[in-house]
Amino acid sequence: MLDFICRDGERVSQDPELLRRLLRAKDRMDAASHEKWTVRRLARVSHVSDAHFARSFKEAFGVPPHRYLLARRIERATALLRDTDQAITEISFRTGWNSVGTFGRTFRDVTGESPGGFRAREKAAPRELERVPVCILSAARRPDLKIAVLEKRRLATADKVGVQKVEVP
Amino acid sequence: MSQAVSVVGLYVRDQDEALDFYVAKLGFRVHTDVRNGDYRWLTVQHPDQPSLQLGLFTPVSPMLDPGTVQALREIVAKGAMPPLVLAVDDCRAAYDRMRDGGVEFTQEPLERFGSVDAGFRDPSGNGWKMIESRR
Repeated sequence: MLDFICRDGERVSQDPELLRRLLRAKDRMDAASHEKWTVRRLARVSHVSDAHFARSFKEAFGVPPHRYLLARRIERATALLRDTDQAITEISFRTGWNSVGTFGRTFRDVTGESPGGFRAREKAAPRELERVPVCILSAARRPDLKIAVLEKRRLATADKVGVQKVEVP
Repeated sequence: MSQAVSVVGLYVRDQDEALDFYVAKLGFRVHTDVRNGDYRWLTVQHPDQPSLQLGLFTPVSPMLDPGTVQALREIVAKGAMPPLVLAVDDCRAAYDRMRDGGVEFTQEPLERFGSVDAGFRDPSGNGWKMIESRR
């Protein structure tokens, strides 16, 4: 089977049949982002080797699979914070974190505010998007993780201690 | 109504496969299926909505250059085409029927904000949301 048809400059051509199977793994993460998704488990869904999966997924969707999963979890947490009255601890477990501390830290790293702060701000904001199908709206609001969360945290810390800010393209 | 949208097209990877999916699994009807050499104009319609045809087209040369054909096939397979929405009377019943018929669901029926919705894909990768009409 053809994996890469050609490399013409930046764009890597991928076999549509492989992409369809990678999409299936992405769909499975979407459907159950609270579950543990190892590369091995995802690779099995796509019927490819582990190493091949990680590389092909990133080429296809622009982010490594674990970062995609993280963005999905944060997206789901933001929806639960906005639309329900569930406790933040409850939300952290429902969206796949083992500790509320890790959840709070990651949430802040990704969105720039704490879960509680986000909730208070969202609950106060007027509703105007009710005519857009919820599932689609939710995807549109997914956090855009262009860099790794650890990198984002490092940059924020560097910024605070006065180190010259690095421009991230 | 004489003025309206009459055909909206989707890109699919294989028209025979798409025909089987939309007709046998989803219950659409064939509206037009004509060939001209390698080109095939294929449209289906929802049984309750005869005014709209859903075109099931493949990106092919010579209408498109080979690079564009390849790019479109990739985009469809990645599920990056725009969302489609199917309105149903009873989302859970439709889900059971379609799942038993072999439709690949991406989201089980979920009740939110007074309605029920589910998600599925056609074999090519086109994503559908199935939303229960508010009663």
